[in-house]
Amino acid sequence: MTGYFQLVSTIASFTLLLVVLELVRQRRLFERYAILWLFSALVLIALALRGDLLQLVSNALGIASPPNALFATALGFVLVLLLHFSVAVSRLSDQSKVLAQRLALLEERLRQQAARGSDSEPAAAPTVTAAAQPVGAERETVSALPRRRP
Amino acid sequence: MRVLQPHPDSPVDPATLGGGRRLAIIPAYNEAVTVAGVVESLRRHAPGWDTVVIDDGSTDDTARLAAEAGARVLHAPFNLGIGGAVQLGFVYAMENAYDFMVQVDADGQHDPREIPSLVREMEQYPQLDVVCGSRFLSDDYQYPAPVSRRTGIHLFAFLMSKIVGQRVSDPTSGFRLYNRRSIALFARDYPHDYPEVEAVLLLHHHRLRMREVPVRMFPREGGASSINSGKSAYYMVKVLLAIFVGLARRRPAVEPGDAAPVAATQSI
Repeated sequence: MTGYFQLVSTIASFTLLLVVLELVRQRRLFERYAILWLFSALVLIALALRGDLLQLVSNALGIASPPNALFATALGFVLVLLLHFSVAVSRLSDQSKVLAQRLALLEERLRQQAARGSDSEPAAAPTVTAAAQPVGAERETVSALPRRRP
Repeated sequence: MRVLQPHPDSPVDPATLGGGRRLAIIPAYNEAVTVAGVVESLRRHAPGWDTVVIDDGSTDDTARLAAEAGARVLHAPFNLGIGGAVQLGFVYAMENAYDFMVQVDADGQHDPREIPSLVREMEQYPQLDVVCGSRFLSDDYQYPAPVSRRTGIHLFAFLMSKIVGQRVSDPTSGFRLYNRRSIALFARDYPHDYPEVEAVLLLHHHRLRMREVPVRMFPREGGASSINSGKSAYYMVKVLLAIFVGLARRRPAVEPGDAAPVAATQSI
């Protein structure tokens, strides 16, 4: 492995490490998602700095050229990270589905309450307010509503 | 300044904390075995406290049993994790103008009879913003936890004591009493995954004052801890990362008017 390649790969790995740490520091990346990135960056730094380690990896993988072993390792991390994000995206989409369902139930309940209120008190202004300002009304009702029975 | 309290066997004096409105929150995730007992114990031993169980997306009977035991139940639509569930408690306390909030675990580890110890400390030192119950300051300390977990607790205790400049013996304890200032802080910004240790750091950055009092804790009565042995390593790494990155933050705390803790509008 040439010294120049070693220099470039070391700088690239360190840059990755610093960017991830800076994003966590700025609170733009959760620690939860940073840990895998940091692990990847640390392994890549180790392989870039230590030619003998990289030689071990390339021997173990049956790769003739050590720089290719570095690329293969990086590719492996990229695949793991992508899978990690697919799992995270699946969880997020499931959660937003559940949120939307709960919101629909809540709106329906508010409408029912508004209708019931106007039945008993035809001139009741608060029901109109509740229907016209769903955000504020919803916020109050979340804490006041009895728990939904499954 | 720390005052050792004998274990209070006498009934609680309800006229505490200047008659402020008091809220006890019980975050619960699949704690059907123990949650009703904790709610009843709170009603018996802490009668002046409104009790709210935060059902963190439980798939068992936690919410129903808590409601039947007489607690108000906030029902998270899915599992938020302990940080999100507890922060829901802070937001609830803010919205309903509570003056004091105490957090009690749903698994029966925290003894509501110890709440007066926390209250007395805050009454004695009104400048305190958080009073934390520590199992390691108690005379009859017995805490049979797995070694992996105890190692973590003591490592965090050492680090946090160094960082905040006062002894923090039990930084992972969630048995805490908060006043309006700390409620307002944590309603705005509370850590996500394993929040207790980072919360101590946040208090320090905001110059809020915390003190520990000795309390007795029980081993959990049933259910499964949110931190099993397999998660211990992840827990350690995550909290250590949060501590050290937190120390490097130029503006470690989100003050009113700052960008949101996670600014969704920004990209790399």
